[in-house]
Amino acid sequence: MTEVQVSPEVAGYTEVHRHPEPKSFIWKYIFSVDHKVIGIQYLLLAVVAVFVGMALSLLVRLRLIWPNESLPLLGDLFPVGAPGGVMTPEFYLAMLTMHGTVMVFMVLTTAPQGGFGNYFLPIQIGAADMAFPRLNMLSFWATFVSFMLLMAAFFVEGGAPMSGWTGYPPLSAVPEATVQGIGQDLWIASIAVFCIASLLAALNFIVTTLDLRAKGLTMMRLPLTCWTWFVTAILALLAFGVLLAAGVLLLMDRNAGTSFFVPGGLVVSDRQIDHSGGSPILWQHLFWFFGHPEVYIAILPGMGVTSHILSTFARKTVFGYKAMVYAVLAIGLLGFVVWGHHMFVSGMSPYSAFVFAILTMCIGVPSAIKTFNWIGTLWGGKIRFTSPMLYSIGFVSLFVTGGLSGIFLGQPTVDLYFHDTYFVVAHFHLIMGVAAIFGMFAGMTFWFPKMFGRMMDEGLSKIHFWTTFVGVYAIFGPMHYLGMLPHPRRYAEMSDVDYLLTTGAEGLQQFITVAAVLTILVQFLFLYNFVRGIFAGKECREENPWEATTLEWAVPSPPPHDNFAGKVPHVYRGAYDFSLQGAKRDFAMQCNDDKAVYGDQPGSGD
Amino acid sequence: MGVLLAIVVWGITLALSIPFVTQTWWMPEAITELGREIDGAFNFTLLGTGVIFLLAQGALGYTVWKYGRHSDQPASSSHGNNFLEFLWTCGATLLFVGLAVFGYSMWAETRFIEQKSMAPSEDRLIIEVTGQQFVWNMRYPGNDNQFGPTDINLIDDAASNPVGVDRSQPGGADDIMVSEMRVPVNADVEVVLKSKDVLHNFFVPELRIKLDTVPGLVGKLQFRADREGRYEIVCSELCGLGHYKMVSFLHVVSQEEYDAWIKEQAEFVF
Repeated sequence: MTEVQVSPEVAGYTEVHRHPEPKSFIWKYIFSVDHKVIGIQYLLLAVVAVFVGMALSLLVRLRLIWPNESLPLLGDLFPVGAPGGVMTPEFYLAMLTMHGTVMVFMVLTTAPQGGFGNYFLPIQIGAADMAFPRLNMLSFWATFVSFMLLMAAFFVEGGAPMSGWTGYPPLSAVPEATVQGIGQDLWIASIAVFCIASLLAALNFIVTTLDLRAKGLTMMRLPLTCWTWFVTAILALLAFGVLLAAGVLLLMDRNAGTSFFVPGGLVVSDRQIDHSGGSPILWQHLFWFFGHPEVYIAILPGMGVTSHILSTFARKTVFGYKAMVYAVLAIGLLGFVVWGHHMFVSGMSPYSAFVFAILTMCIGVPSAIKTFNWIGTLWGGKIRFTSPMLYSIGFVSLFVTGGLSGIFLGQPTVDLYFHDTYFVVAHFHLIMGVAAIFGMFAGMTFWFPKMFGRMMDEGLSKIHFWTTFVGVYAIFGPMHYLGMLPHPRRYAEMSDVDYLLTTGAEGLQQFITVAAVLTILVQFLFLYNFVRGIFAGKECREENPWEATTLEWAVPSPPPHDNFAGKVPHVYRGAYDFSLQGAKRDFAMQCNDDKAVYGDQPGSGD
Repeated sequence: MGVLLAIVVWGITLALSIPFVTQTWWMPEAITELGREIDGAFNFTLLGTGVIFLLAQGALGYTVWKYGRHSDQPASSSHGNNFLEFLWTCGATLLFVGLAVFGYSMWAETRFIEQKSMAPSEDRLIIEVTGQQFVWNMRYPGNDNQFGPTDINLIDDAASNPVGVDRSQPGGADDIMVSEMRVPVNADVEVVLKSKDVLHNFFVPELRIKLDTVPGLVGKLQFRADREGRYEIVCSELCGLGHYKMVSFLHVVSQEEYDAWIKEQAEFVF
């Protein structure tokens, strides 16, 4: 259907980067160096992880509404954590900690970047593979090892760690302060390995974007997806190194007798702890120096996918493409200088709160710009309500809702009240969790035909969209009200706080749990649709079923081993040339020259 | 489908907003001047973000409704509009950064300058609060208005000396240890925050202030409560398995009641 234009002067360039197609199963599907296989491996890892994470959140939700009830099966599954089927408070905290860790690292960080980025960055820029295919394989397998280490924490004596996904010392550093042992060490080791994997992957993404773009594909012609993967990689490169160092120090505090994060004079349960000279706040600085950019690592690719899909199905070019690029860059830059807003009540110097508050409020500006431009992209469009489009519109709505509560939390004085309450839980779940996951739903349904040569069922996807969209609002909307009461977060039960018992917190918690159970159930519909799609979905060998413009739609579905079958694509135009005046069709692919777009008449577009 | 999507987006927007208007689940009333000022900042933020929330979700719903209909019109070929970009960039900057600047003097008051019309440090009622898993220890200086020295080796929970006050030293003999905080109404109070083991967080919702208790550091909060009552102190930093039950009380009482109470406690020391 669409012809990939070959530029003769660089023919042969791909030969250098091409690795021969492997024949045996192991080298083709397990230890593959092909970015497409690795991308799918990351996606499958994330799918497994997201269901583990959801199961953990289910336990958390059940404990909150039935703190003392015995739940069937639970006692058999977790004889220590839930003796007789009643979850202990420490079990609750362990589930909470693991839920956060699994979701943030193994889902939000892997799927958007490692999954979709790996698969589509090279194709969208016209490359045969990532710059360093072997390194790419190493990144995935290191991530896999990291996931295994994390899962192992469930099965060791003392069980999974309970110091929260933020692992604040001294709780995480002093074994005497919790009932746990090696689970916390495994947690740290898992994160350290994950950091290494992410650092390697980040290098790969950056080099690939800078070096392997097809001829004619200038930076300002890049699809916004590529821009966000690129900036995300830069963030990952700068952030994960710091977390790695912090993790190693924490591991040493626990096991080698050092005192980086533990001060002297600690007395835990009447026992003096042999440490001196460390600072718990140092950990918080290091952790959030990573932790805040991590929020953008999770959400930026979702923003890119959303921009991409809104434009495609509004049949309209991205409104303010340049402003979008600058906004992504601004978010990336500012993302590194706002970490202190997680620490307004930590006891750090109150002076620094001034600076962090101003910078934090500044980061609202590029976020607002993006939102306005998304609406501007839809405005005047000819909207096609495919399932990826619905998820993307849902993303915009969730991003607005989740973003605006940040305006409260970014002001130190207002944060004094809301810090560590459910208001924060609502905020970060909406913006970093659910919005990012809607970006993944959008990406999955959009690119599914390209990856598997089959379609996911549109009807099922749409049912899943409507129920999940309403469901997540039903879960996280009421958490704002819990924050108003204020319900502190990470409370295993509310029985000891008088005001929670009289202000309606219980009813809200029950409502949220019901909404969560229903929303989790609906996710099995998506899983079914996904698995069914791979093996029995409607066949779709068409190169470009969505009538989209970027290079991945100019190659067969699924793409051949080296993506472009030995050819080198040439790019003639920006990424979102829809509805050009005078054009033969309502879209012009990046590899179409003016003659292909306008026929023999002189072009009247740009 | 566009109409349905618009209705759902608008419906969710309204459903989320209404409890913020009816104040169905709301903050308890503030009991300090500063708390009421912070409520002012909150209300202003709520108004500003509320308007943006309604406008943005409203526009999103309207757009998908209007441009989701089947029509023969081709999509617009607009690439953007620099004037609009300029406009919303400036608007967002003014509002967001404005809010940050607006809150500065309040933040300063909560954390590190003498609060307006508050007594100088030496005339305040100073209470030392030490967090430990999972109780709050409150220390009053006693008759001599001086805290005695502490010694880590004297810490003994069983002997009711959770912070290791050296009773043999001058100043330490009359220090009062209690588990609930009691202050006179309208008194200038300074809370000195410490921790024995892990992080905790001293939070009284009605005071609108919270601060971590960090082992190895000393934190300070000031307040003047102007309404009598019993208010809860809830730990707001994860501190271990009993985090949820690390709750105590702040009693704001009349001066007479306070005087009688502190006298009674002083007799109890020996």
